[in-house]
Amino acid sequence: AALKDGLRSQVSAALKEGRVTPTELCQRCLALIKSTKFLNAYITVAEETALKQAEESEERYKRGQPLGILDGIPVAVKDNFNTAGIETTCASNMLKGYISPYNATVVQKLLDHGAVLLGKTNLDEFAMGSGSTDGVFGPVRNPWSYSKQYKEKSVPKSHSEDEESNWVITGGSSGGSAAAVSSFTCFAALGSDTGGSTRNPAAHCGVVGLKPTYGLISRHGLIPLVNSMDVPGILTRCVDDAAVLLGSLAGHDPKDSTTIQDDFKPFELPNLTDVSKLSIGIPKEYHAPGLSSEILALWSKAADLFKNAGAKVVEVSLPHTRYSIVCYHVLCTAEVASNMARFDGLEYGHRSDVKDSTESMYAATRREGFNDVVRGRILSGNYFLLKQNYEKYFVKAQKVRRLIANDFEKVFRSGVDVLLTPTTLSDAAPYTEFIQEDNRTRSAQDDILTQAANMAGLPAINVPTALSERGLPVGLQFIGRSFQEKQLLTVAKWFEKQVQFPVIQLEEVKRHDYGVFQHQKSASFS
Amino acid sequence: LAPWIPVVGLEIHAQISSNSKLFSGSQVQFAAPPNSLVSFFDASLPGTLPVLNRRCVEAAVMTGLALNCSINKKSLFDRKHYFYADLPAGYQITQQRVPIAVNGSLSYSLCIDSKMSQMVTKTVRIKQIQLEQDSGKSLHDDTRCQTLVDLNRAGVGLMEVVMEPDMCCGEEAAAAVRELQLILQTLGSSQAVMAEGQLRVDANVSVHHPGEPYGVRTEVKNINSIRFLAKAVDYEIQRQIEELENGGTILNETRAFDSKLGCTVPMRDKEGKQDYRFMPEPNLPPLILYDAKSLPANMNHQQVINIDWIHERLPDLPSVKREKLVEQYGILPEHSFTLLNEDGLAEFFESVVKQTQMKPKKVIGWILKDLLSYLKQHSLTVKESPVSSFLLADLLNLLEKKEISSTAAKQVLAELWKGEGKTPLEIVKRQKLELLQDQKELEQICQAVIDGQENEVIMMVLG
Repeated sequence: AALKDGLRSQVSAALKEGRVTPTELCQRCLALIKSTKFLNAYITVAEETALKQAEESEERYKRGQPLGILDGIPVAVKDNFNTAGIETTCASNMLKGYISPYNATVVQKLLDHGAVLLGKTNLDEFAMGSGSTDGVFGPVRNPWSYSKQYKEKSVPKSHSEDEESNWVITGGSSGGSAAAVSSFTCFAALGSDTGGSTRNPAAHCGVVGLKPTYGLISRHGLIPLVNSMDVPGILTRCVDDAAVLLGSLAGHDPKDSTTIQDDFKPFELPNLTDVSKLSIGIPKEYHAPGLSSEILALWSKAADLFKNAGAKVVEVSLPHTRYSIVCYHVLCTAEVASNMARFDGLEYGHRSDVKDSTESMYAATRREGFNDVVRGRILSGNYFLLKQNYEKYFVKAQKVRRLIANDFEKVFRSGVDVLLTPTTLSDAAPYTEFIQEDNRTRSAQDDILTQAANMAGLPAINVPTALSERGLPVGLQFIGRSFQEKQLLTVAKWFEKQVQFPVIQLEEVKRHDYGVFQHQKSASFS
Repeated sequence: LAPWIPVVGLEIHAQISSNSKLFSGSQVQFAAPPNSLVSFFDASLPGTLPVLNRRCVEAAVMTGLALNCSINKKSLFDRKHYFYADLPAGYQITQQRVPIAVNGSLSYSLCIDSKMSQMVTKTVRIKQIQLEQDSGKSLHDDTRCQTLVDLNRAGVGLMEVVMEPDMCCGEEAAAAVRELQLILQTLGSSQAVMAEGQLRVDANVSVHHPGEPYGVRTEVKNINSIRFLAKAVDYEIQRQIEELENGGTILNETRAFDSKLGCTVPMRDKEGKQDYRFMPEPNLPPLILYDAKSLPANMNHQQVINIDWIHERLPDLPSVKREKLVEQYGILPEHSFTLLNEDGLAEFFESVVKQTQMKPKKVIGWILKDLLSYLKQHSLTVKESPVSSFLLADLLNLLEKKEISSTAAKQVLAELWKGEGKTPLEIVKRQKLELLQDQKELEQICQAVIDGQENEVIMMVLG
């Protein structure tokens, strides 16, 4: 089996039949992680424990008792999920060296299904950012920067300049997870999504990024950014794999009071052939200022694809879209100010040497532990939560949030099944260009197409669609109804099959993957 | 000099009697080794989430019903932010916007005079009851310039009961709190022992002239007993009156009661003019309670709380118990107060009454005067009494059958206190305290006395 293979269709069968062993898969991934170290996708590689888990999985396969499709499958987890015994840093000085005593529920579920945890992936500090450039372990590099497709298209610079300065960002904040999946170092990765943090890097890295409905997957153990918007995100190389992951993660968790009580039934995605009963909505407000003409054209092409296949494609309106950025800013910073209050250096994490008084210790600890982005948001958030400002900002933003959610409800009630929008305004920017603007500006720009779904708690997915003129991935987003992941993913799968997004051609992968590399032209398999 | 009207309100924190904490599964226990009852959530480890404890909600509903409150079928949780060593998350989860119960009342009684012979009933309005987390404990070690933090108490469930400023003095405040304490103990929703920190009272005190608006109020904290509550309130009222009469002003501040000096002192400014930046707690959905009417048919009963079900199962409150005692035994209302005021005394009384022929109206005197004063003298609780209800009943039976005089009975009782295991009858026989009933025998004794004192008798007869 190849590292490129789909889980359900290929790898699982290969493992069951013994054509490849969990240990082999694990070793291949670990070797590839080493040779792609320059991507800086991983903060911690848990080599020993991973190999042990692989060994245990192998025993189960030998006994003919695998735990399921995920048994023996190497996965990676964003470093803002608690992993017992493995460092959890949130890419921050505040938690450098922090070893959590417990596993996040989603991590525990992966392990209970036999998955092999390769390591923790890089991110923007405390998941604040849209580039995965603002963590203390440095920025993550988009694997496509080193792809044949990108190199062919880039204007050759002067001889002395190598690809070092030309690399592009992954997007964020789950950039490490997206890069890990994109570069084949794991089969699936967990990210988080608060304003687009899974879908954005998924689009830039050419992978599938699923944001589930709020309340479907437990947040217990996910270090929160915005409790009322955060969800664990799923990054995979094809839609079918996302469904497999979803099946193992979704469901009520008594430890998370915001998860719904209803039973969740894992599903397999049908191979949709007839889309004539489908109604696709195109929200006109998503033709946002700054949207590249390339992506606009792709979006249009996609709409036509559905239309020509017999689906009903209608233009719809989500009138309050333009307020969502400001609304998000108020609510996000307010919750950040609150959630970060626990980092005082007393119980865990970084503690400053300043000892004159408790207050001075707090102040120094927080100044030393947090980067400017985090501190900026804390200050803003506290401002909005002041008694004299609370009504004007926080309550007002909550009301606008309700309006945004109502916009979606109205459209779905009118008969639309799924919305189709771009995921990002353009393809991935070169790092040197991206850092010209500050985190806040970039976040405001880049979140614009993704964060309304977080406001409304709706499921949304990025599906890699095509390569841009620069040879970089561009994805499109589908937004579905609450808890209708099956419908959403079914449509996404159909679309994925139509577009046949190309496989990344990475030198390192070629070297490590003894699979059927030549035969695979696309990431989707039927 | 124009008269002053003192105004006293109370904020009472009662620790909920439950096995585990309000939002986490760690145990609730007094005086455990430091930091031995701390869950990941209590320590505010990142990524942990609150899960509401059902028992705590039931305790709050019971208490709300007992205090004649409206129970809010939908109440909300909020975060109250401030930095302090004993608050690991940097915020407390409380109910600021919509608490679980509102608009209740508490009736309590006071003695008009010191002889406990006339009682008057007063009422204080209960503004609200809210559920909230307790904080940990911090001990300041000034010699080593360090603060020691114990999080055992962090996250324990509290009911904050807010009493409106309807009281006017220390005695009223003390009586109101005493009654609340009895109610909580009867319900079992809190053990309410002040010495163990299960009941904490802060007093809000101000004074004003009749017809004028309320004065600036101070908050008095660090009150460790009901007795000290009365003292602290009365001191503060006096202090404010003196201050104002001398032309001074009252600061809106927090003061601590110093029990040794018997006065209130300004507190180290712990919070100043804090803005708590209240925000809804996003990890807890609104708390929805049901009653018989609103309860959906297919609801899983494990998942819901039915207010009516709880109401039906409330035990007799102290006021009801007192009424029943008065009615059943014909004792005075004041007596019923004293009976309920001592833990176990009412049960002791009833037990004695069952075992003796003596009328309850007479028994009560022995209970309230002889038994109780002895226990008080020796700082014993009813449970620790060396004289059991059986022994006392036995003794009272001897008295009732006129086998001994009441003076003799008191003598026997004094002997019984020694707890040497002798029965009243044994003591009577040993000390020859039997009352002589035989007329002839009595005449003989009297004759013998007269015969032995001939001269005195002649003197008496002659006048």
